[in-house]
Amino acid sequence: MIAINNLHKSFGDLEVLKGIDLNVEKGQAVVVIGPSGSGKTTFLRCLNILETPTAGTVAIDGHVADFSKPLSKKKITEFRKQSAMVFQHYNLFPHMTALENVMEGPVTVQKIDKQKARAKAEDLLVKVGLKEKMNEYPFQLSGGQQQRVGIARALALEPKVMLFDEPTSALDPELVGEVLQVMKELALEGMTMVVVTHEMRFAKGVADEVLFMDAGRIIERGTPQEIFDNPKEERTKQFLNLIQKADTI
Amino acid sequence: MYLNSIFTNPERLERLLDIAQSSFLPLLEGAIQYTIPLTLISFTIGLVLATLTALARISTIKILQIVARIYVSIIRGTPLLVQLSILFYGLPTVGITLEPFTAAILGFSLNVGAYASEVIRAAILSIPKGQWEAANTIGMTYSQSLKRIILPQASRVSIPPLSNTFISLVKDTSLASFILVTEMFRRAQEIAAFNYEFLLLYAQAGLLYWIICFLLSLVQGRLENRFDRYVAKT
Repeated sequence: MIAINNLHKSFGDLEVLKGIDLNVEKGQAVVVIGPSGSGKTTFLRCLNILETPTAGTVAIDGHVADFSKPLSKKKITEFRKQSAMVFQHYNLFPHMTALENVMEGPVTVQKIDKQKARAKAEDLLVKVGLKEKMNEYPFQLSGGQQQRVGIARALALEPKVMLFDEPTSALDPELVGEVLQVMKELALEGMTMVVVTHEMRFAKGVADEVLFMDAGRIIERGTPQEIFDNPKEERTKQFLNLIQKADTI
Repeated sequence: MYLNSIFTNPERLERLLDIAQSSFLPLLEGAIQYTIPLTLISFTIGLVLATLTALARISTIKILQIVARIYVSIIRGTPLLVQLSILFYGLPTVGITLEPFTAAILGFSLNVGAYASEVIRAAILSIPKGQWEAANTIGMTYSQSLKRIILPQASRVSIPPLSNTFISLVKDTSLASFILVTEMFRRAQEIAAFNYEFLLLYAQAGLLYWIICFLLSLVQGRLENRFDRYVAKT
């Protein structure tokens, strides 16, 4: 479903991604972990061309973006439609209700009939447990509710791939569960997902594959069991140790 | 002296009341015929110009940025009275003759366009980058993002400063008297030139400007309320 080949990204002199290769099968949930500054968020943003990679190719469901040459705006917009992004800070549209947020993509971008889009948006909001909150504005919702609207908004476009950029990092601890639950259900339904997260339990419970990134490279990859119970690389061990320590304080 | 004479001389008071009464309608007519239309038309055209100028300023196309900068610099750097004079008294020299009203509309629109463009530019830049990104990731083009996501939020931010521009414009239209538009202030001048009651007529005109501006600030309050419906009350 996703084929990433030798992806590089530099900000000026700073090389943030130093050649990433990755294949994700249809229906797989891949979780990316790693210390901050490791490039994992940049990596995810490259898959949606929110950052333009300096070199390499990304193919999603046969749509290829080759970053060795500049892409036209049209090509970028077309490529973006293959995936949908859920942000750390939700980035809901504050001037629209939850329902309008979810309808916006289908109506404005996909030109779907308003009534149909509304029905679909309502279904999605029910699915993420926000039946009662459809007509509220984002400021009237808790962080967890806002993030679930964010997920519904992404799903409304029927993307082939869902990208999650630290979706629970900005949430109060008691609200993390409700968001992870929705993500878990998505994974079980067979959605192809790439998730950047610090939630190790989610990684253990839901991921088909875990990637450990550091300093712009994928250091180690494997099943959750392989990474968490039997890491081979020194840096992976260090990182997991630090996290376990933090958990036991 | 003036007040004194009113109280000591009932005939004088009567004359002043008469004049105030008889000049009220002509002044109001000047406002309805010219002051208000000048304001509304110029502000509308000006806003369109301002939005385009703001977009040019934040675009990545160098030449657009430069043209927009020069336009704003010239308009903000020269007096409105000089601009109106050039349009009405100057342009005929090169064969372009404008009606007073047309010249006034042109002058005021260009003026609003320059000043408001900075307001709109600042408002657009105040919208968090995440809003553009969210719009991008749901597949919106630049113009869709602008129209559906950015400008609706930017307009909320720009209501107070744009109201300033609007209210300034109401008063600036009095400068059109200088290029022979018979708007409210020119009416006051004409009547006063006839009966020499300058204080009375200019005060009357001033009062009418104030009333118009007061009503506008009420409208501003209502607009702000309307746009604040999606913002947490603090």
